[in-house]
Amino acid sequence: MPDPLEGAGLAVDVQDVSKRYGRRWALAHVSLQLRPGDSLLLTGHNGSGKTTLLKVLSTTIAPSLGAVKVFGSDAKVDREAIRRRVALLSHANYLYEDLSAEQNLRLLARLLGDDAQAQVPTLLDKVGLKARAAHAVREFSAGMRKRLAVARLLLKRPQLALLDEPFGELDPAGIAQMEGIIRDLKTGGTTLVLATHLVEQGQALCSRRLHLSEGRVAQQ
Amino acid sequence: MNILRGAWVILAKDMLIEWRTRARLNALLFFSLATLFLFSFAGSSDTSLLRQNAAGYLWLAVLFASVLSMGESFRIESENSALDGLRLAPADPRSIYLGKAWGNAILLWTLAVVLVPFMIVLYDVSLTMGLPRLLGTLALGALAISAPGTIHASIASNARARDVLLPVLLFPLLVPALLSAVRATALVIEGDPMDQLTSWVRLLIVFNVIYWGLGFALFPRVIED
Repeated sequence: MPDPLEGAGLAVDVQDVSKRYGRRWALAHVSLQLRPGDSLLLTGHNGSGKTTLLKVLSTTIAPSLGAVKVFGSDAKVDREAIRRRVALLSHANYLYEDLSAEQNLRLLARLLGDDAQAQVPTLLDKVGLKARAAHAVREFSAGMRKRLAVARLLLKRPQLALLDEPFGELDPAGIAQMEGIIRDLKTGGTTLVLATHLVEQGQALCSRRLHLSEGRVAQQ
Repeated sequence: MNILRGAWVILAKDMLIEWRTRARLNALLFFSLATLFLFSFAGSSDTSLLRQNAAGYLWLAVLFASVLSMGESFRIESENSALDGLRLAPADPRSIYLGKAWGNAILLWTLAVVLVPFMIVLYDVSLTMGLPRLLGTLALGALAISAPGTIHASIASNARARDVLLPVLLFPLLVPALLSAVRATALVIEGDPMDQLTSWVRLLIVFNVIYWGLGFALFPRVIED
């Protein structure tokens, strides 16, 4: 029977990807296809390969074996095309400690182009950091850093959002706000890959699930 | 995004961080001043000998400070994986190289300029060929240290012994640049009756062209996986 996804305009097409760190295989023969607008919940124990898979999809790291295409662009050939359409919310927040919240966002906006500048105040307001916009990130709590990292992700208006433990470090109000943001992304047609240990919350937000165990797909 | 525009954004970011903290410039200034003082104490009490070696002492102070400066410029990129954030923005790796290397060169040039009055007082020298020529020589020397220094600082930033690795990698490469910068600066100080300055400046320019070209071409490979 032919693969129904074959030939379709896939958002994510991962073919037999493996990633090795030293002697350890963090990912082993993982394949995955997502259509535009799909939302995938990525689950697994610590060290199961969730973060590695998200980094491979974002082109932060290159796979040791296998092929990755995002919106038709090959990760080996055209990383920049992928990076323009993808945003990663990671454990590392990519923030400069000595810049203010607003300066961090304006830096990214300058790299993205003039249109993004106008969004900065709106996004600071959206993540509840408007009053602290001029404060250095160094003064922020872990939860505030996470909110700013979310604003950074939204500024990119990604077509594929990769969210690694998006609820971590957030208080209950922050978690509720994050759920709202993820729903808005879905409604806007953004393809989502969400890695979390909070399976119930994740399942409420995603239509598909992929469980990783020791770098391999254990359940799909 | 245009490579030069991206480089300008990265440079402006580095200058803004420097301005907000001023930690790096202050530390470098005190470190280099201490180095200049130590050379004057450790060297001969003969003022003519100190005067003769003044250019060398100035450039050694700048060279030692450059290791701290360039290491620090990549420490802020390692914190929170900010460099990955720039890569994923996406900023062209060549823009990142140019922006950071320009920033390092500006900082080293500023440092060298600030050290000049102290060199004049400590080593009793005069600028026989004038200040503009000295500023130009200092600029070429700062650019020559920064071009290979930036790429090696990015390599060393991922290593465990990064503080040791950077000078070990960088100093041997910089011998021709250091030699040219010291000789050119010495001629600006002492005068140039044999018209040798042009040759040393040309050597510095050639060094700059080679290493800025190499850095521009190789940096993407250094920071990608």
